[in-house]
Amino acid sequence: MNGPQAHWLDDGRRLHLNHGPIDLIVEAFGAPEECRAAYAQAVERFRTILTELVAELPQLRKPAGPIITFAGSTARRMAAAVAPLAKTFITPMAAVAGSVADEILAAMLAGRTLDRAYVNNGGDCALYLSEGQSMQLAIAGTGHGLADRVTIRAEDPVRGVATSGWRGRSFSLGVADAVTVLARTGAEADAAATIVANAVDLPGHPAIERRPACDLAPDSDLGGRLVTTGVGMLSSLEVAAALERGLAVAEDLRHRGLIGAAALFLAGQSRICGPMSLPTASDTTIRKELVHA
Amino acid sequence: MSELSERFDTHDPGEKKVAEKIRCDACPVMCYIAEGRTGACDRYGNVGGNIVRMDPLTILDHAAETGAAVVPFDDGEAWDGELVDTRRRFVTAIGAGTTYPDYKPAPFIVSQEVEGVDLVTVVTEGIFSYCGVKVKIDTDRHIGDETAVVRAGGEAIGHVTTGEYGSQMLSLGGVHHLTGGSKAEGRATCDAMLALCNKEPVELAIDGGATVTVQAGRPPVIDGKAENRMRVGCGSATIGMFATQWRGLVDEVVVVDDHITGVVSEHQAGKVLGWEDTGIKILGRRSTPGRYFKVSEPGLGWGGTTISDPLSILGEWNAKKGARPGLSLLMVSTTGEQFSYYELDDDLKPVEKPFPERLRKSVDLIEDNCEPALCTVLFVGGAGGSLRAGVTENPVNLTRSVHGLKTYVTVGGAPCYVWPGGGITLMVDVSRLPDNAFGYVPTPALVAPIEFTLRRDDYLRLGGYEAEIRSVGDVLARGGEYLNPRHTAGAPAGNAWPPLVQARREGPPR
Repeated sequence: MNGPQAHWLDDGRRLHLNHGPIDLIVEAFGAPEECRAAYAQAVERFRTILTELVAELPQLRKPAGPIITFAGSTARRMAAAVAPLAKTFITPMAAVAGSVADEILAAMLAGRTLDRAYVNNGGDCALYLSEGQSMQLAIAGTGHGLADRVTIRAEDPVRGVATSGWRGRSFSLGVADAVTVLARTGAEADAAATIVANAVDLPGHPAIERRPACDLAPDSDLGGRLVTTGVGMLSSLEVAAALERGLAVAEDLRHRGLIGAAALFLAGQSRICGPMSLPTASDTTIRKELVHA
Repeated sequence: MSELSERFDTHDPGEKKVAEKIRCDACPVMCYIAEGRTGACDRYGNVGGNIVRMDPLTILDHAAETGAAVVPFDDGEAWDGELVDTRRRFVTAIGAGTTYPDYKPAPFIVSQEVEGVDLVTVVTEGIFSYCGVKVKIDTDRHIGDETAVVRAGGEAIGHVTTGEYGSQMLSLGGVHHLTGGSKAEGRATCDAMLALCNKEPVELAIDGGATVTVQAGRPPVIDGKAENRMRVGCGSATIGMFATQWRGLVDEVVVVDDHITGVVSEHQAGKVLGWEDTGIKILGRRSTPGRYFKVSEPGLGWGGTTISDPLSILGEWNAKKGARPGLSLLMVSTTGEQFSYYELDDDLKPVEKPFPERLRKSVDLIEDNCEPALCTVLFVGGAGGSLRAGVTENPVNLTRSVHGLKTYVTVGGAPCYVWPGGGITLMVDVSRLPDNAFGYVPTPALVAPIEFTLRRDDYLRLGGYEAEIRSVGDVLARGGEYLNPRHTAGAPAGNAWPPLVQARREGPPR
């Protein structure tokens, strides 16, 4: 059995942490000795994070309930992120990637003074910005008249960004190519992106292929629910209808204060919910490091 | 070990390929993976009922005689005149995969002919719940009392054991820390041992002693300070070695040491050179002339004592026994790293003076004679009953064969010492293994590569699995149960191709 691994990417400045299904890209900005210490803290926290999650995996794969308490701090982040969404089907696993990113970022920041930092867990990211700092994110699935860069400033409440869709690594109940959500934490963004992407749907449409999740991954938290495995030709009206369903859910989440913004993409069309802060002229001239969301 | 295995065996081994979904044991998640799909990690998949691993299996290439690292062949390499590739290959157990439980034949049983001897190597990764790590730390500094608890991440993972010459020894791990204590203790122990065995640095805190950063093949870092050199000898031995160098250059030399502090004017080595008395007084317990025990407590100062000002071990200077104004004194530690020069003033008090050039050479000589201080890490483990059963149908035969020197045991291709007596308890220097050769299971226990190499006829005689024997070429081409890619690497220098040792010892089969 393989243990957790840490190594520097070829550019020598980004740290790659891997254990089983977890792949993190970690980068800190600031005084070199503070960054070094932050990376060391990230590695230290990473040693046990997967085994802690595995210990509570059976419970984490069950639909979110009100009273379940978890021993692990990452598991508690997951449960807390999905609890406000529990009126539709969701399990804490919907927030696992963002919660791991949050947990590692928190470990990096403990006692450290950094300018900026991010933990990117396969596109679900946790961000840190000290006063006056900002970070630019590149958003996948755009190129249809939308700027594909989003700038997060320190004064924005956003510290998490996550993307969900049926084409991604995790299963989706919906047909969205991608739904990107900005929220307060990586865990909240992750859970909300899952819910919104599930809602971008055309129930019963013959061009959409679906299979029970448990046929594809026997121990999936989605059990026998049908997950999307292919999307055929859709008319532009159908695409719009699917996006509107998702947008309604996103707007609801935004009005409840659970997300800051969302961008929904399907078959060349898109919907924006809330202020996806677009880059200003000065931001585009000063190129900053990009995080692929 | 079979009990350990059973804890992991969540499905009947026979079931593994029957259903279309199989369980991956590559990481703690242990996904069930459907046919044609990958697990949660996207790295391991179910291909035709087999878990396919991306980690390459390591196959070491040995240059024919030297054991030196060789550059892997590629298409661009010039033909060296041989019709066939004559390099010997040794399949190590690194990446071989482990079967739970072990009673199935080990993942690889590889046949290779060398110098007319038909040899078999049985390759497996063994789970060692009974295992530990012995750490030798080259330092004279006192890092903790014998039997003091050694901690990693606040958890007890071992203890300080009897010191050796110029070195402090730690005994870490073992089944009691791994599985006999709390979960956190077991995890900390497993993590620390895994890191040490994989040649990574580990910070260890000793109760009532120092905090030491240990990494195989690197100098120890004790309370934040890197150790450079081992002492050349105790203070008395240093006097003996260098007395002639100091004769005529200085009136008195004291070599400060936590064990035996030496004084040249009183020491036998000084006496035979006709060294005059100086009226010096050492505050310590005199053993024999010029040799003093207990000038200070063990510590991190001069010569492994607590001393930061060496004058603190000197009493009043006695004019009646030779003390005089202007008398010169060299004080030096056993590693030559600390040294000071003094002269007595009119009140016979030593006053520090700039260090004179004429004594520089002798101090440098002490330092030159001290070997680099290193940490060395030995893995110690016992191959239990079921691991041996993976090799032969009658496990005790393997033990007998190992002890009878008919079976050569290696760990990741590195030679190891097999402890006499019952069982197969082995020790190996982790620096001789390829990087990241060790793994773990969450029990917690370490996973170590282990290979048994013996003559084919001997193997069959002791009940080996003849039907499972495959050629090296076949393993290279097809891999094993996990179908993982093969990775050829140069063998670490100094590791002789293991079977060759055996072949030479025994000669060709009769």
